[in-house]
Amino acid sequence: MSAADKQIILDVQNVTMAFGGLVAVKDFSLQIRQNQLVGLIGPNGAGKTTVFNIITGQYRPTKGSIIFTGQDITGLNPSAVTKAGIARTFQNIRLFTSMTVLENVLVAYHCRLKSSVWSAFFALPSYRREDSLLRAKGMELLEQVDLAHLANEKAGALPYGQQRRLEIARALATGPRLLLLDEPAAGMNPEETAKLTNFIREIRDRFDLTVFLIEHDMSLVMKVCEEIRVLDYGQTIAHGTPAEIQQNARVIEAYLGEAEDHA
Amino acid sequence: MKQRTHMLLSIASLVMLGAVIWWANGNLNAYYTRVANTAAIYVVAAVSYNLINGTVGALSLGPNGFMALGGYTIALLMLPIAQKQMVYFLEPLIWPFSAFSLQPNYYLIGLILSGVIAALGAFLIGWPCLRLKGDYLAIATFGFGEIIFVLANNMLSVTNGALGIKGLPELTNLWWSWGMAAATIFIIKNVVNSSFGRAMRAVRDNEVAAEAMGINVSRTKMLAFLISGFFGGISGALMVMLISTISPTLFMFTMTFNLLIIVVLGGLGSITGATVTAVLFAVLQEVLRTVESPIDLGFIQWPGIPGMRMVVFSVLLILMMLFYRRGLFGSWEFSWEWLLSKLRRKEVPQCQQQINK
Amino acid sequence: MSIEIFIQQVLNGISLGSLYSLIAIGYTMVYGILALINFAHGDIFMIGAYIAFFAVAIYALPWWLAAILTVLLTACVGMLIERVAYRPLRDEPRISLLITAVGVAFFIENLAIVTLGARPKGFPVPAMMATNFDISGIRISGVSLWVPVLSICLLGCLLYVIYRTKVGMAMRAVAKDIEATRLMGVNVDKVIMYTFAIGSGLAAAGGMMWASKYPQIQPLMGMYPGWKAFTAAVVGGIGNITGAMIGGLIIGLVEILTVAFFPSISGFRDAIVFAILIIFLLVKPTGLMGEPLKEKV
Repeated sequence: MSAADKQIILDVQNVTMAFGGLVAVKDFSLQIRQNQLVGLIGPNGAGKTTVFNIITGQYRPTKGSIIFTGQDITGLNPSAVTKAGIARTFQNIRLFTSMTVLENVLVAYHCRLKSSVWSAFFALPSYRREDSLLRAKGMELLEQVDLAHLANEKAGALPYGQQRRLEIARALATGPRLLLLDEPAAGMNPEETAKLTNFIREIRDRFDLTVFLIEHDMSLVMKVCEEIRVLDYGQTIAHGTPAEIQQNARVIEAYLGEAEDHA
Repeated sequence: MKQRTHMLLSIASLVMLGAVIWWANGNLNAYYTRVANTAAIYVVAAVSYNLINGTVGALSLGPNGFMALGGYTIALLMLPIAQKQMVYFLEPLIWPFSAFSLQPNYYLIGLILSGVIAALGAFLIGWPCLRLKGDYLAIATFGFGEIIFVLANNMLSVTNGALGIKGLPELTNLWWSWGMAAATIFIIKNVVNSSFGRAMRAVRDNEVAAEAMGINVSRTKMLAFLISGFFGGISGALMVMLISTISPTLFMFTMTFNLLIIVVLGGLGSITGATVTAVLFAVLQEVLRTVESPIDLGFIQWPGIPGMRMVVFSVLLILMMLFYRRGLFGSWEFSWEWLLSKLRRKEVPQCQQQINK
Repeated sequence: MSIEIFIQQVLNGISLGSLYSLIAIGYTMVYGILALINFAHGDIFMIGAYIAFFAVAIYALPWWLAAILTVLLTACVGMLIERVAYRPLRDEPRISLLITAVGVAFFIENLAIVTLGARPKGFPVPAMMATNFDISGIRISGVSLWVPVLSICLLGCLLYVIYRTKVGMAMRAVAKDIEATRLMGVNVDKVIMYTFAIGSGLAAAGGMMWASKYPQIQPLMGMYPGWKAFTAAVVGGIGNITGAMIGGLIIGLVEILTVAFFPSISGFRDAIVFAILIIFLLVKPTGLMGEPLKEKV
């Protein structure tokens, strides 16, 4: 699982993000290996979501580059990044609220649709065949994340915990190699968080994923992540195993904001 | 199995529509026929407008421009050559249109070409503008519609300016108008229910998330815009060939307003809503026309209030937006499945239903 | 063309541009506060002209009284529209507001047609606008002289209100962050009301001066000037009052000088203005003086 000999699939090289005069992320570097579970933590405003946005193409970094499975994806737009194999969820849930649970998943298959527009216009048999196949594929995925019984419910009507799960399922439907989760446990109680912890490990194994997550909930982070990177004011201030991070003075200081007497 | 039943039902209803048209052609007087034709034309225009406003959620205030493009295309193609010389007396019609005229039995080709030219216009305006957000896109499309109006008024050698064009063959009849309406509903329904329609609704619901799912947002919006433009052009062409004239005032912003009220009243995003409301609107327009013209009943003389129709419609739109924004049908769509389930439920006795639960 | 005619046309353009500025300010203030494009604003301008017409031509009021009355009444109309049609929708997506605004515009236009008649009426031009002046050999009409002067005075008053009074400060605060301003105890509803009042009042002044320049009023007179003024607001930077002033002058000058230099395309003048609008929306949507906005991901 934490095979140090597995290859690096994400290589973030010296990325800097400046919005005019404000430098949100400074000289950030990161390597993630295949099947790793890596966490990104830090106080509010540290720049964690900005890092995600840079990787997924919402922002183009002022400096630096991002190499994913050997391909330079710096500056590609989000839909291209997704096609390259990186999927993400959002801090504020961004489901397609007017569409059903199944339809939310089916949207992920659109970019790889083989049928032409014309066959869709006239509902040709070839189009309908592919549509049935995709629906079956989508239902299968929903089974695997235990949402199949809600397939025809409107996504907006789901309770919060299941909405979060649908967000993740939707991201999985794009067939990613790397999954970015932005505060997946936000708003969850301890029981739901524990479920989510197991869920993340499960999908990593079942779908052969690599997972990179942002989180504030330390119980989740410490239990799930094999490696943790700490961000403060846009810069890495520490990284290592959960045990190492918990003892790191700089990290404690960043979170508590207190000066400590250390040599 | 279900597919087969639905297809049979659709074919059956088309046959029924055909029967109604066949009866109407023999029995309906000219006035009611005109209203029926107008209703069908509004259906084509509204259902396609609904695709861009409702399904992909991009407010366009320029559908009048597409209708104008379609209308002028078919007029230029199908006005008889003798008429072309007579009508264009201020400035002769430009070549090649002055040299040929499509014969009436090529009406279908004329219609399709009108749609294609309008779709081309949609492409040219959409390519730069569709990346604009919300109200900016609305204003840009509005500007486009107005530019088309000004061009129509001023390019005398193409459109004959404000005088317009008269003497077009009256080729639109109930078969053409309702046939096109049926085709429009068929194709757009297929689009909305397809993966492309899902992509459009995803873009409407959450553009950022849609892009993160691999959807090419501009291409999706453009597809909706092209389809909307194509059928908008056809509706313009049908209208022009119904009243056998065309002039720029047909396609002023008022036309956009009419379509806007239809799709909002029907329920943004609902094809059923757009269809039903289009017909209602065509009827209401006629009913209200009596309020506008003088009525002499002998003992009562009603002088007629011109402009009253529009007052009623604008008040209706404002009230809809304030109190009933979801429209008559909301996002609900009629489907054979729904109808069948309603009929099935009636047949199953009450106690059986309880057991089934 | 001769230098005299050129100067005359420039002055003409400036006076037209000042009128566009006055209307544009209404658009820009409302957009700055509510992010709403008040499609009906051009028709408010029309209402101002008609109220003045009735005051002077029908009720024979002296002009100074008629002007004040017009501005006040039109401001009331503006506030009424906000209260009835826009305030209930304040938390709705902007598209809903825009559609409603379109409805309001059509309503006002057609109500005017129904009640006032579609036929144009002659406007009683005030004496000072009608007289012409001769300044160093150049004939300047009263309109070309007084409209820019009056507009500048009005704009000066406006800037004073915006930057030196409490109400103005509240307006600027609401434009920056409506929620925070509300939390600080400011009555946001009242501030928005005042914004509409000021915008409508300026439009009324614009309406009266426009009718002095082009003395025929009809119910649809506000349509094209309204849309051109909107273009001016976009060009100057929507949300920015100084921008609206500058944008108005630019559009006015472009319109007049294009027709002066290329009389053969005068029929296309409206299309040119709309083309400018679209180009700015595409290339520089924040206008010459505006600030950019970004969506938080």
